[in-house]
Amino acid sequence: MNRQAQAAVLFLIGVAVLRASFTDLYLRYVKAELRPLLMVAGAVLIVAALATVWYELRALRAARNGAAEGHGSSGHDGHGHREPRVSWLLVLPLLALILVAPPAPGSYSAMRAGTALKPLPAFPELPAGGTLRLGVGDYAGRAAYDDGRNLRDRRIKMTGFVALDRGGAPHLTRMTLNCCAADAQPVKVRLSGRLPPTLQPDTWLEVTGTYSSKRAKDPVNGGVIPFFDVTRAAPVKPPSDEYEG
Amino acid sequence: MPTSETAPPRADGGGQGGDHGGDHGAAEARGAEGQGSRRVSSSLVLTVVLLLVMLLQAPIGRALSAPLMQSWMTVFVAIVVQALPFLVLGVLLSAAIAVFVPASFFVRALPKRPALAVPVAGVGGVVLPGCECASVPVAGALVRRGVTPAAALTFLLSAPAINPIVLTATAVAFPGDPEMVLARFVASLLVACAMGWLWQRLGRTEWMRPPARPAFDGLGKGAAFWGSVRHDVMHAGGFLVVGAMAAATLKSVVPESWLQAAAGNPVVSVLVLGLLAVLLSICSEADAFVAASLTQFSLTARLAFLVVGPMIDLKLFAMQAATFGRGFALRFAPVTFALAIAVSALAGAVLL
Repeated sequence: MNRQAQAAVLFLIGVAVLRASFTDLYLRYVKAELRPLLMVAGAVLIVAALATVWYELRALRAARNGAAEGHGSSGHDGHGHREPRVSWLLVLPLLALILVAPPAPGSYSAMRAGTALKPLPAFPELPAGGTLRLGVGDYAGRAAYDDGRNLRDRRIKMTGFVALDRGGAPHLTRMTLNCCAADAQPVKVRLSGRLPPTLQPDTWLEVTGTYSSKRAKDPVNGGVIPFFDVTRAAPVKPPSDEYEG
Repeated sequence: MPTSETAPPRADGGGQGGDHGGDHGAAEARGAEGQGSRRVSSSLVLTVVLLLVMLLQAPIGRALSAPLMQSWMTVFVAIVVQALPFLVLGVLLSAAIAVFVPASFFVRALPKRPALAVPVAGVGGVVLPGCECASVPVAGALVRRGVTPAAALTFLLSAPAINPIVLTATAVAFPGDPEMVLARFVASLLVACAMGWLWQRLGRTEWMRPPARPAFDGLGKGAAFWGSVRHDVMHAGGFLVVGAMAAATLKSVVPESWLQAAAGNPVVSVLVLGLLAVLLSICSEADAFVAASLTQFSLTARLAFLVVGPMIDLKLFAMQAATFGRGFALRFAPVTFALAIAVSALAGAVLL
């Protein structure tokens, strides 16, 4: 790859990364904390591209001035150094990010992985009165490891996406992120009660309902999948940050 | 691949030289002239590729909409996006070392005797707050700046594992097991120093054959700095993409239930998690969280995951081969792996 092409690739990757970090696109892949670093990285790549073009032009001008010497090695200045062909691969993430922008992991990834529920030493008290808004992971953790204390007799609201297991049983799922989407893990809650007749995987639902003491075992890792008794389920728009916790 | 690099341009027109032997340089210069027609074309190829993909966006999008393909792409893009800032950081540092820090600084900073320089470089790894993507270009720059290879390699192995960010992440990921942080620090430093001493004893200079690299001296400082940044991003970035593709393939193709089966046996589980760390190629700032999530495995097995990962994995192997040469990487990687596994098993038995 010659320097002009390298400058173009650097510039485009810089722009793609900056664009992803200024919109919510980056939230599909990494944690929000990485945003400032992504902005700096994008800016550095753009500056590197501009610097490459600038020094390239200067070298060309110098070469033209020194052209009287004939076939000097400076005649190759603009193009002499080529990066190995592996550099071409950088075009792939560029295209993937600009043109495809793959979605955050959904039901397919969620059902391939075991539920990532871990016992916590203590669960904080919940606000009293009214409808309780809980994260899927928070509900699942309390239901599985706190025996549903504080959850009984409460109206609970949760948001997540639908995933169906092999038997077609519906689960409300959220992915949790430690660092980037490569390590995303699902938390699953099995839905029972009054559900819409057909549930499409990956649709986002806001479910209202009550605690259920029933549990299932995750076929992948043997983790606990608590149940949730749904009284109302409404489709909602996916949140800008699809991950939880 | 790396051999397609040609001779560095010289602002002074002084012909070939620098890193290259005379014959080598001349041959490369001929190669560059022979490729005259292709030289023009790489910008053209890039333009055509970009245009084609834009035009065919709809059919390509349809082809990639299968869940398996989508999950592959998500993991692939996520690894690249996650690693890019740290790669850029490492590349900037490496360019700064190459251009602004005089070689005499390292001569003064490190003990004269390599046997002593190794542990100093190992502990020095604490100061590079990044992951392994940053440490490869920095270690490459150190070697070119005349640091004894044994010390530079120790730095390469220790920096991504024992810097404060990674240790903090480990502490956060294992809230119930603080001894995990200590075990990781001790085991990683031990392996790094042992590898340094081993290289000093048995290593041969001819194994380490860094691919030709443009010589930036003779240019202005600005030109040299940005030239080095551009070169390293294109180079290491390309290999990062290779590693990300491998890890994405593994993540979206191998079923998790296979791991379950391995967790039962204590010996097998250590080996399996070590191997998994190699294949997954997760950034060292993130691997503690992944290890924490592998709850079915013993703490010792997870320690092996944390010690092996920052030292050798698919993308690191590709990047090491690019920086130090393939002959080096082929010898260095298996020994590092074996030593890391052995030391983690030992550290696990003593500390965990």
